[in-house]
Amino acid sequence: MNKIKTDEKNKKQELVAFRIGTQEFCVDIMSVREIRGWTPATAIPHSPKFVRGVINLRGAVLPVVDLAARLGLPVVEPTARHVIIVSQVGEKIAGILVDAVSDILSLDPNFIQPTPDVASQVARSFVRGVIDLEGRMISIITLDTILPAMDREAA
Amino acid sequence: MDQMAAIRETFFQECDEQLTTLEAGLITMEEGDTSSDTVNAVFRAVHSIKGGAGAFKLNELVGFAHVFETALDKVRSGTLAPDADLLKLMLKSVDVLSDLVSASREGGEVSPDIGASVIEEFNDLLGSGAKHDDVDEFADIDFQPLIIDFGDPTPLAEPEKPEGNQFEIKFRPFRGMFDKANEPIMLFRELQRLGTVAINCNTANIPTFAELDVNESYLDWTINFTTEFNRQIVAEVFEFVEGDCELAITDLAAPIASSNEIDIEALMQRVRSQSPAPAPIPAPVVAEPAEIEALPVKPVAVSVEAKTSTKASAPVPATIRVDLERVDRLINLVGELVINQAMLTQRVFRSGNVTNSHVATSLEELEHLTRDLQESVMAIRAQPVRPLFQRMSRIIREVADATGKEVRLKTEGEATEIDKTVIELLADPLTHMIRNGVDHGLETPEERVAAGKPAEGVIRLSAAHRSGRVVIEVSDDGAGINRPKVLESAKRKGLVAPDAALTDAEIDNLLFLPGFSTAATVSNISGRSVGMDVVKRSIQALGGRITISSKPKAGSTFSMSLPLTLAVLDGIVVAIDDQTFVIPLTAIVETLQPSPENIHPLGDGAFVMRVRDSFVPLIDVGAEIGIRPRSSKPPNGVAILVETENRSRNALLVDAILDQRQVVIKSLETNYGRTEGVAAATILGDGRVAMILDVDTLVSNKRHEPAQFEEALAKTS
Repeated sequence: MNKIKTDEKNKKQELVAFRIGTQEFCVDIMSVREIRGWTPATAIPHSPKFVRGVINLRGAVLPVVDLAARLGLPVVEPTARHVIIVSQVGEKIAGILVDAVSDILSLDPNFIQPTPDVASQVARSFVRGVIDLEGRMISIITLDTILPAMDREAA
Repeated sequence: MDQMAAIRETFFQECDEQLTTLEAGLITMEEGDTSSDTVNAVFRAVHSIKGGAGAFKLNELVGFAHVFETALDKVRSGTLAPDADLLKLMLKSVDVLSDLVSASREGGEVSPDIGASVIEEFNDLLGSGAKHDDVDEFADIDFQPLIIDFGDPTPLAEPEKPEGNQFEIKFRPFRGMFDKANEPIMLFRELQRLGTVAINCNTANIPTFAELDVNESYLDWTINFTTEFNRQIVAEVFEFVEGDCELAITDLAAPIASSNEIDIEALMQRVRSQSPAPAPIPAPVVAEPAEIEALPVKPVAVSVEAKTSTKASAPVPATIRVDLERVDRLINLVGELVINQAMLTQRVFRSGNVTNSHVATSLEELEHLTRDLQESVMAIRAQPVRPLFQRMSRIIREVADATGKEVRLKTEGEATEIDKTVIELLADPLTHMIRNGVDHGLETPEERVAAGKPAEGVIRLSAAHRSGRVVIEVSDDGAGINRPKVLESAKRKGLVAPDAALTDAEIDNLLFLPGFSTAATVSNISGRSVGMDVVKRSIQALGGRITISSKPKAGSTFSMSLPLTLAVLDGIVVAIDDQTFVIPLTAIVETLQPSPENIHPLGDGAFVMRVRDSFVPLIDVGAEIGIRPRSSKPPNGVAILVETENRSRNALLVDAILDQRQVVIKSLETNYGRTEGVAAATILGDGRVAMILDVDTLVSNKRHEPAQFEEALAKTS
């Protein structure tokens, strides 16, 4: 705990950066449990399109969210080169399907700029801020709402 | 104080066990066995609760337990005859006692009048003065403390009015103790920290100065020690000098056994009252040598057969308390091992060249071992149904009181073991069925006598293993189901057509229909919002089935067949398109290969199938769960005939049946959420996840328009 606090004071935040198509995104490294290659998922009946299905992660049944579909980007059929970022999403653990992991960033939170006011509703609800890094723009993704809201669906 | 809280929790766990023993003992007495063994077991249970409660200053509990104990003591000494009235009162006292225990456990204020009426009844029976005489039974113990000043800056306190446990500790260090740099004064200070000490040093053995060996130990001490802690805590003070001293800890608090008892009884009782409270987890194995009677296995304890017999002549099962989470983790791990083993086997065989018999044999052995391991681990979670059945006896007493009926509970097969979760989830439906049985099933005493039956009705509760499942039956010897009344009621409520002609079995099954209640007036016992339909649904949620049989004037029987565990399930593995699914075997009636001429279209896109001489709806599972579009021409494949809740039959159409096997149930809700049509997930031999289909929702959803499903999708995105 203390360490994280001092890190915050030292104004360094670590992020895992990844790519979907031509866009770059990143998530807080603290929410990432592991990174693994794509394995075929078992479809879940009645699930939204962005849920690829579930995979077996050492005995645990894990949903995989296709982040491209979730963000409304062009969807491609995943190959063995695609990557699943296993992350903590609230109480649950989910896999996030992305094209490739590109970098681990360590940066000053002051570098994070507010999300530009774009029209895309999806972009606004998942992008927490953007980073200008040597001319690249990287969007910080919040994973909290990445899974479908099951309670609403059940009701 | 965490440790204190843990000890307290242990006390309450033990209370539960004592209450179970107590109730079981009283019921045995009620059945006519009033041998001293039984009475003593009952007495000890109350006494232990009282003793523990005293240590935690639970005054209400102590007060009530004391009155109860006094009455039991009279029964024990033969001055009070254990007649039916007294036993009834005592059983009522058990209820009060358990109320008091749970009230104390929750830490709330215990209302002193909980047991007031029962205490009054006791007082009437015992004569006045039973309530407060010698609650503090140590007050009159006489001892003269001699305080020695060891130069401790804080002088030892004067012994206060004794309270809690009292011990006499005789302590004589050997020479070796001092070699290990142990100081008696450290021990005494530790004791002082725990309670009030009065230390008496015996200097008689000190030789003359000329003979004195400076390295020898000549002193011994007698310590009168009063503490709120139990014997084990006291003994722990001396833990580091064990073996290096002569140590005797005598409990002065144990009541002196009445004179007409043999010594062994007094000893037993003392051992019992001092029996060490098992330490919080992780605890060493706590043997309970005092319990000669086979006590019921503890609710959250793991029962391990003791290989060696302890002090008592009969072998006593040794138990350890284990955190349930650890057991569940073990079960999960073994589940994964089973999956892994299956994967390994599948891969080895797929890689070819396993004609080499060594590999095949080893794999087979591995399979046997993992299966054995899985069974043993599952057995850890298995618990006898006894505590559940005993809870029911309280329900019966309450309902009998409320309805003015005379009821006796007869139980059979209490030792039958089922998964703990199943037992927990069974409590509510069983309670409801028992209430129903007494309230609706049994007649009033007058009616019974008029019908030529004994005034006292009997509710039977039995459990038995039958072909890999547990069958629990609740039956009454009442009037049986009043079929004309049931039918009329169902017709009035529009549950069946007014002109329907139903068989007896069909009428009986009407009881399970939602919205059905036969009681002309809704009583507050069984006519509440929950009906038999809820019972049926809970049983089915457990993977069980419930059936009913009834004979006019002879009574009714509800029979439940339940799986032994919720961790695994027998199912058939089916293929639909390129995906595999599991259908639970419990729902399946039969599988058929339909010939095209037996499939008929009915309306728009729906099909029915002829099964012998009736037509059943044919459900294309693939289309139903949305993995392929509905087709307009009769689909091909294998039909699986399933039966659901309301006994309606449906045929599920799948592409092929791949296998029948036991699968480990994995929750889909942990990381995802509830999904319609899917009960859970499992991991198959190839390491992939497969969905276990929920036949009931699949069938009841068949009328949903696809449009609704699209809507639901739109809502979530």
